[in-house]
Amino acid sequence: MDRVLRARTSKAESEHILDVLEERRRGSDIGHALRTYSAQPYRGATPLSVSALNRMVQESQYLRYIISEISAESGEPPEVVKEEAVSILEEMSQNLQLSFIRLMGFALTKVFKRLFTSIRLHQAIQEHPVILMPNHRSYIDFLVISYIMFTYDLSIPVIAAGIPLMGMSLVGEILRRSGAFFIRRAIGEDKLYWAVLSEYVRTVVRTGFAPLEFYVEGLRSRTLKSLKPKLGMMQMILEPFFKGEVYDITLVPISISYDRVLEESLLAHELLGVPKPRETTRGLLKARRVLEENYGCMHVYFGNPVSVRELAKGRIQRNQYNLIPRDLPLKLSAELQDFVGEVAHLLVLLQERSLVLSPWSLMALILLQNPDGVDWNTFTHKTLRLRTLAAQLGARIDWPAQLPDSEVMSSSMALHHSIVGSENGSVRLVEEAGPAPVTEEEAVFRRASVVLMCASYRNQALHVFTRPALVAVAMTTAPSYSKDDVFSRFCFLQDVLANEFVFMPVHAPQDFEEGCSGLLRCGVLSIYEGGLRATEEEQDIVVFLRAVLEPFIETYQMVFRVLCEETFQTFTEKKFVPDIRAAIVKLFLSGEVKSYECLSSDTQKNALSALVRMGAASKCRVADQTEYRIDQSALRRIRDTLDGSVVSKVPLFSRL
Amino acid sequence: MASNTDISERQRSARQRLRIIAGHLQKSEGNEHTALSAQECKAETPRSNAAKVTAVPKRRQEILKWNGWGYSDSRFFFNKKGQAEFTGRRYRLSGLILPSLKDWFEGTFGANLQHKTPATASLNVSAVPPPNLNELFVEELKTAGVALSTDPEDRVFRSHGHCLHEIFALREGRIGKIPDLVVWPSCHDDVVKIVELACKHNVCLIPYGGGTSVSSALECPPEETRSIVSLDTSQMNRILWIDEKNLTAHVEAGIIGQDLERQLNESGYCTGHEPDSMEFSSLGGWVATRASGMKKNIYGNIEDLVVHIKMVTPRGVIEKSCQGPRLSTGPDIHHFILGSEGTLGVVTEVTMKIRPLPEYQKYGSVVFPNFQQGVACLREVAKQRCAPASIRLMDNEQFQFGHALKPQVSSIFTSFLEGLKKFYITKFKGFDPHHLCVATLLFEGDREKVLQHEKQVYDIAAKFGGLAAGEDNGQRGYMLTFVIAYLRDLGMDYYVIGESFETSVPWDRVLDLCRNVKERIVRECKERGVQFPPLSTCRVTQTYDAGACVYFYFAFNYRGLSDPIHVYEQVEHAAREEILANGGSLSHHHGVGKLRKEWMRETVSNVGLGMLKSVKEYVDPNNIFGNRNLL
Repeated sequence: MDRVLRARTSKAESEHILDVLEERRRGSDIGHALRTYSAQPYRGATPLSVSALNRMVQESQYLRYIISEISAESGEPPEVVKEEAVSILEEMSQNLQLSFIRLMGFALTKVFKRLFTSIRLHQAIQEHPVILMPNHRSYIDFLVISYIMFTYDLSIPVIAAGIPLMGMSLVGEILRRSGAFFIRRAIGEDKLYWAVLSEYVRTVVRTGFAPLEFYVEGLRSRTLKSLKPKLGMMQMILEPFFKGEVYDITLVPISISYDRVLEESLLAHELLGVPKPRETTRGLLKARRVLEENYGCMHVYFGNPVSVRELAKGRIQRNQYNLIPRDLPLKLSAELQDFVGEVAHLLVLLQERSLVLSPWSLMALILLQNPDGVDWNTFTHKTLRLRTLAAQLGARIDWPAQLPDSEVMSSSMALHHSIVGSENGSVRLVEEAGPAPVTEEEAVFRRASVVLMCASYRNQALHVFTRPALVAVAMTTAPSYSKDDVFSRFCFLQDVLANEFVFMPVHAPQDFEEGCSGLLRCGVLSIYEGGLRATEEEQDIVVFLRAVLEPFIETYQMVFRVLCEETFQTFTEKKFVPDIRAAIVKLFLSGEVKSYECLSSDTQKNALSALVRMGAASKCRVADQTEYRIDQSALRRIRDTLDGSVVSKVPLFSRL
Repeated sequence: MASNTDISERQRSARQRLRIIAGHLQKSEGNEHTALSAQECKAETPRSNAAKVTAVPKRRQEILKWNGWGYSDSRFFFNKKGQAEFTGRRYRLSGLILPSLKDWFEGTFGANLQHKTPATASLNVSAVPPPNLNELFVEELKTAGVALSTDPEDRVFRSHGHCLHEIFALREGRIGKIPDLVVWPSCHDDVVKIVELACKHNVCLIPYGGGTSVSSALECPPEETRSIVSLDTSQMNRILWIDEKNLTAHVEAGIIGQDLERQLNESGYCTGHEPDSMEFSSLGGWVATRASGMKKNIYGNIEDLVVHIKMVTPRGVIEKSCQGPRLSTGPDIHHFILGSEGTLGVVTEVTMKIRPLPEYQKYGSVVFPNFQQGVACLREVAKQRCAPASIRLMDNEQFQFGHALKPQVSSIFTSFLEGLKKFYITKFKGFDPHHLCVATLLFEGDREKVLQHEKQVYDIAAKFGGLAAGEDNGQRGYMLTFVIAYLRDLGMDYYVIGESFETSVPWDRVLDLCRNVKERIVRECKERGVQFPPLSTCRVTQTYDAGACVYFYFAFNYRGLSDPIHVYEQVEHAAREEILANGGSLSHHHGVGKLRKEWMRETVSNVGLGMLKSVKEYVDPNNIFGNRNLL
């Protein structure tokens, strides 16, 4: 896997940027929708009708095993269980119809043309992909891949979608006919559901009649930051390879990024605790009112296909299935589970690698570090410096070369006029217009929502800086300059923040190496006599990098601090977010918390997950509710270590 | 006592039988090449009165190629018009022109008739290393009256099997380590004497039967420092008796397949054991490698056919005391011998089952729209336990290969019929010529039962979309197996190298294994710089209750490669890894030899390997049988 990661960094790819919309603006939309579509199927794969697919799943030996197991456990007759399985399958099943794709092709062209100035397709797909793995940032990216595949005469994928989408009248059916199949959220212990789903996914992969598209992050990222990958689906997809049912599986990381996200304000409100409106058709229609706005560019980057067989070479013993029927429901061996985890992480990292950053992401970074506003010239200067730095660290930035820099920046600002403005030559974040806030708290939330909106754009660029920034923080907070001390501090920080950023499991030395080499490239780091030091000249970069992580570290510190209070000995999952928020708002008003980002419920939840992972909190189910119990001494130890008052005792290579 | 009419009756049926065998084997009936008469054996074994006519003489070089497969007079070549021809008079294809072979050959491999790689014309005797003889051993052998030779040709002929790398080296005139001495025992007692002397003088014995090994089993271990003696069993080739009450025959183990069948046929019997190598391979070799015959569905594999085995080991002679059809006396000692690959001793005499000659034989074939359907059909046939004597399923590439071997059609009418058939299958039935595949069938038995059986099988095939495609296609399919090795020699004249390998695998993995292994071969070739896409094809050749035997052909054009054999070996190695990863076995019937030794531990487990080793240590503590196969 290291090989794959490294290969991506070293290779300078010649960029072929295509604007998908360009031609549509010139040609006829209806013509596009009705043209002869002649996708080449995969080699050797025969087309498979929806009913044939469903029948294959229903009649699979695997499902028969599970059904008889469940019927033995529950005492229900197998026919009843089987019927249940059939109804699950009906609920789940896709119903891909080309006529609908055509309709969608037509409708989407209209919508996309309205919304975006361009959809930029970076690098055409060379081989027939099997598994398409885009990141998930907006509802829009749901069908954009199918649209692109249709436009370029490639096979339309079957798409794994969350079941709430199905609930929307009409939209659900449209999606179904565009090849979506639906998966319930929180499947939990439902054995039959797991069985039907996994057999369905495996059958799609095995037969290979169409590519499969799924979001390895599991959900739409509310913060526009990559999420820790979910492994269930990944495992189902890889299983046919483990069992030799397919020769290879090709994974295609796809990075989608937006100049401006449709749901930006919705997301920020969600993070601040305004509950997410149920996904209904009306909600979506309302969202469509945004059609009148301009949302800039959408970037879709198809990464180099990754061969699972290559990844598995020398790592996976496929013959472990030789002595048992392959249809038998069996847990994966630990070796295979680790492999699944690594593949999933790898794909998220590859998505990050290829993510195209807009100038606005960089501008957002600067704006957030200057909450009181910054004058235009300094702003320009800082942004351009940051552009150089990001490029040195390997970011892909879509900075129009033909325009003067100031114009690029001001057009970005125009695009984001709802959150940024310029007053008396000073650029600052602006709050939504509306009646003046009534309470102090309301004012805080109103400000916070703008900050979080801005932060989400910064988050799109965060992965570029994470590792160097962690090294920078570790260097300044480690007890000495020695490489070992810095590294152990790095490991601790990485451990704490492992729910916040995506790191490859058991990969700390490589991550540290990557961070250091990034700093060296920017001339920030000098190594002498086994010690790591920041160079005098580039001190401000160190400061900048530390400030990148600052809001996160501060949030963690605050959450840990609040949890140390006695009222938080045990609490339920439901109460955690509102209680913590209330406590933090209090701290905010008293001036002890500086960053508005501490109010992000996402970061707060991550902090709690980190505690669970590090053994300072335990999770158990008490009467239908998830309850957390805090181990105070462990929590204090972590808190103190994070605050820097105690030297990290976390052993090297601690679990990540 | 048989009456005269009985005898003539028998002879008639024997003649019929010979014609049938000739159908897929030889053209000429009988053979003029008589072996040099062996020394009279002093043992008091009952002698059969059959005239000792063997197809392969003691001096193999008289009629066999020294650096290729089979008879010197039989080979493929492209004539001046660029048409392929097969020389000689022995086979059905002999003397015929194969008009479509050139196009297939050039199209499949990207080969070109202009680019030739001819073999060294003759063996350069001066390149043969001088023998390292153990003088005392030789002296005592001579005293004992055992035939022996140090002639370079005799030694080179017994230094190799038919692995690609072995033949390739010979074609280039490279001679590796070869036996120092060849001995020809003429009976069991001779072998006892030879083994005793070998132990006494500490020389290395390598048993040699028909020389058709494809597992590097006959290669002289380079690390061997003792004198290496090739023990050629070919002169122990008599049928000692036939027991018509129990339907068994007691046969010396050096007899080769075609001689055994022919001689039994004369008495109205057969063994029914027909491995593809039966023209040359020997009974002892079959036992030592656990051979499998094409018609095992009726007659069984070698382990089902043997009733009694006698083997000479350094510890003495091992055999059972009776000929009971089944024993419960601990682990079957036959199974230490079967598959021992010459590491424990020499098989000298075997009692094996015989059957009356079948009354009727019929070929057949079925075309399937694709390989999946074909496999499903074979699986169903196995499930219903109604497999004909032989049933084989060729994939699409092999089907096309088979087509390329069609001889020139003699009449316009035949070619019209062919065209009509093709039209019916591809246009009317909608079979894709690039996906369809064909199963070849061979039925045997009473005429009535054969016809009934045939109907049953065709009915099953129809359920899987199969269409009967005639006897001709079936027969040609079987012919392919006998000429494939000759075709390899032709390929090697034009930069094309190849080989076959096999495995056995549970039914549910047959398709996955075939697809993955074929794909792996193609990818590995590409990765290793092979300039042209390889031929990577397979067929299912045997069906069992719980699985099938799969046979792969793999060949490629090596122009532009500096070390083609190394590339070939790497790809074959990768293909074997792929087979094992997909639940296939290390070997179904070729054996392990030295070629597949590295996977033995993984295949039989640590303890299993230890068991085999401890047997070896007891039976042959000084490693007299030092060919280093298997373990």
